[in-house]
Amino acid sequence: MGVSCRLPHMDKSAGHYANGAAPTRIRTDINGSNMTNFDALAHASHLKHLESESIHILREVAAEFRNPVMMYSIGKDSSVLLHLLQKAFYPAPPPIPLLHVDTTWKFREMIAFRDRRAQETGCRLIVHINQDGVAQGIGPFAHGATVHTDVMKTQALKQALDKYKFDAAIGGARRDEEKSRAKERVFSFRNAQHRWDPKSQRPELWNLYNARIAKGESVRVFPLSNWTELDIWLYIYREKIEVPSLYLAAERPVVERDGALIMVDDERMPLRPGEIPQMRKVRFRTLGCYPLTGAIESEADTLPAVIQEMLVARTSERQGRVIDHDPSASMEKKKQEGYF
Amino acid sequence: MRTEHDASTAIDTYLQQHETKSLLRFITCGSVDDGKSTLLGRLLYDSKLLFDDQLAALKGDSLRHGTQNGELDFALLVDGLSAEREQGITIDVAYRFFSTERRKFIVADCPGHEQYTRNMATGASTADLAVVLVDARKGLLTQTRRHTYICGLLGIRHVLLAVNKMDLVDYSEDVFHAIEADYRELADSMGIAQVSAVPLSALRGENVSSRSDCIDWYDGPSLLEHLETVQVAHVADDVGFRLPVQWVCRPDQNFRGYAGHVVAGSIAPGDEVVVLPSGARSRVARIVTAAGDLPRAGLGDPVTLTLTDERDISRGDVIAAAAQPPQAADQFAAHLLWMDEAPLLPGRSYGLKIGARTVSAQITEIKHKVDVNTQEALAAKRLELNEVGYCNISLDHAIAFESYAHCREMGAFILIDRQSNNTVAAGTLNFALRRADNIHWQHMDVDRMARARIKGQAPACLWFTGLSGSGKSTVANLVEKRLHALGYHTYMLDGDNVRHGLNRDLGFTDEDRVENIRRVAEVAKLMVDAGLIVLVSFISPFRSERRMARDLFAEGEFSEVFMDTPLAICEQRDAKGLYAKARAGEIRNFTGIDSPYESPEHPEVHLHAAERSAEAMAQQVVEALVGQS
Repeated sequence: MGVSCRLPHMDKSAGHYANGAAPTRIRTDINGSNMTNFDALAHASHLKHLESESIHILREVAAEFRNPVMMYSIGKDSSVLLHLLQKAFYPAPPPIPLLHVDTTWKFREMIAFRDRRAQETGCRLIVHINQDGVAQGIGPFAHGATVHTDVMKTQALKQALDKYKFDAAIGGARRDEEKSRAKERVFSFRNAQHRWDPKSQRPELWNLYNARIAKGESVRVFPLSNWTELDIWLYIYREKIEVPSLYLAAERPVVERDGALIMVDDERMPLRPGEIPQMRKVRFRTLGCYPLTGAIESEADTLPAVIQEMLVARTSERQGRVIDHDPSASMEKKKQEGYF
Repeated sequence: MRTEHDASTAIDTYLQQHETKSLLRFITCGSVDDGKSTLLGRLLYDSKLLFDDQLAALKGDSLRHGTQNGELDFALLVDGLSAEREQGITIDVAYRFFSTERRKFIVADCPGHEQYTRNMATGASTADLAVVLVDARKGLLTQTRRHTYICGLLGIRHVLLAVNKMDLVDYSEDVFHAIEADYRELADSMGIAQVSAVPLSALRGENVSSRSDCIDWYDGPSLLEHLETVQVAHVADDVGFRLPVQWVCRPDQNFRGYAGHVVAGSIAPGDEVVVLPSGARSRVARIVTAAGDLPRAGLGDPVTLTLTDERDISRGDVIAAAAQPPQAADQFAAHLLWMDEAPLLPGRSYGLKIGARTVSAQITEIKHKVDVNTQEALAAKRLELNEVGYCNISLDHAIAFESYAHCREMGAFILIDRQSNNTVAAGTLNFALRRADNIHWQHMDVDRMARARIKGQAPACLWFTGLSGSGKSTVANLVEKRLHALGYHTYMLDGDNVRHGLNRDLGFTDEDRVENIRRVAEVAKLMVDAGLIVLVSFISPFRSERRMARDLFAEGEFSEVFMDTPLAICEQRDAKGLYAKARAGEIRNFTGIDSPYESPEHPEVHLHAAERSAEAMAQQVVEALVGQS
């Protein structure tokens, strides 16, 4: 079967929408073949435009902040950021170190991948673990997703930012991920308590980013703000960027729990009565703590196949994250408290 | 069975199509309840860009917060902050992404309320086109005028007028054409050249993505068809190659490159360039990128240039085509949109960021402000939140620039407050004032070093600040006497005395206080230049003005002396009877009573008047200045 090159979601049946109001189909055939060459020439390609914007942002960070850092979470967005970081400062090595906040519950493959990539790119890698949380034995099984994420991720991040006195932290978040992210600035100001105030964000015009802060305050910087998930994958494909193989389908031991497929990545996962890990062909759309990251069944074991599957996907990527299924606007609340 | 080969070929083809697809950035703006968010939600819904889980969340939200009796409320899709959902309004700009087979779109959904005008400007600054919504029942409103004015101010050349809620006026052709005619007149007066109008109903999805059967008298494209086909390509007219240097790349001694992106024109190795503002010339040796050297770089390309000669170039300089160099100047006429709760005060020093360069700037004159609702020009001494002013600006360094209309990246700037670090204004440069060219610094053979040497002292400025009645003048007087006795050449500038002469024309409003300090600081600077030790005794209540004064002097020349006397003590003394009058309401804007005093954070000398005698404090100042004597 050949692969459709149509746009995402163009071939979904109208009947799917349950409220009965059948959506009108977009007429994309009108003059479709008459797009003038001028139009194609006058605009740089979309990906090139996004790449240029992101490189501009990274250079501004390096030039304007005293002690910036890049949050490296090992996922596809971080892989793209790392690639852009190398491009922005070539032929010099990236002047910005990487910070990984390790919750100690990441997939084992992620940690191996992290250490190898840091070595290959010559970036300085800082790993921070909340040792208080470790001492208290905080974990997703014992304490649940919310407590685990708060202690081992949000608190740990604040600890690291305070410890190293970073004045700028670059993250891979995108505006298409979630509603409160869609409202956030590229240079997003944080007070000395790392809090975000969504109601009084600094105006941000053109590409003139205001990097001025007082002592103790910081800025979160999001160079991938205007990228979509599809852009990320197409860029990874075009630029041949390496990503962890967890994104590709393979036979992996999983159990089905609370409607999600959870991979049994190590012996710390307590099995419930009747649960027997089964080998199923699965892949992950996002990577995080393995007990909190749902897999999807998939045959897509190559990058093009993953992109192809994505083009007909029916759920947004954050659905795989257990953390977002709290009451509405929860991400905004978490971000106000310092979550990335 | 699908093979990997099939998939990758197909993805390659898709990628090619995707890459040649153009990008359109647009904003949606309109009055409250015109249905902006509904229109945008409808576009996302119609283009089937909603995922199942997002749709399920929307259904739940529509029941809980919706305004459509439980029907899908598309506005909830885009109003992302909890405060917005509770109040049913848009506070901040939200960015949305969708694409069709022909274009990719980045939409900035902008708030309509006047108090959030700065957020609308944030969205408009990066847009190629504006979709302006008008309610067919209401026609043009004040907000329509304001939004159109802001679009024009920020250089948006294309407006798509969406006359919404046509279903509520029986799809009347006359209503539509009347609104369209009104709007064309308005847009014309604001310099927006391209206007197209579409009659539609966002709620019912008519003429949004597909054409409507109910509006048979209209044979133009639907809103989406228009967005897909409109030509917004903007070629900067007559501007040669420009690259603001963002970052100097020096991995080792053998490589020195200048990183930035091309904001106008194009460049190739061998081309002659000029560096501004220094005026140094050279030629491009290489155009370096991680993917290999380029034979040519054009608009938007992020590159690193190396030159054939060693030149002193740093961040903020502009590398430009030698044959078509930009002007450099330090005084400009510019439009400002004020975006801070604290008003703009002429004379105050702000940080100005343009391209990769940040300099100090003062607004020297507000020629007029513009009422954003009526576009009427009004006289003004200050600018308040969301007001637009036409101003003269003076910088402490010359910068290379283009007028905003010619080149956005070389003519757009922001102002940053030095105390709060907030972005307080967005500005567009119009033209350079010639005055900068005519006043040259007179070169003098007898310089400040020579004048200081003959007096046998290091010139300095002692800046006494504190509340009225804190004892500033008393202590300054004692300090001067002691210095004089020790053989130093001094002069004292006292607030009251200067107000009788040089500053006789100034009152006590915030603007006048700023100007008062500016003049005194400049006089003190001249006296320090003359070799004197100058004692300035002024209340000088605002940190930013004391900072401005400090910035006039060389490192170590300026000392802030803080008379830290509790208000109660000052009021108790009340030597001039002023506190009593202020308390009685006879004097307005009195520091400490109804006008703030901002204490110094790091004064060079901190005098605790409650604990020490005037003599002891004077000795403390003298010791700080000349050491133990």
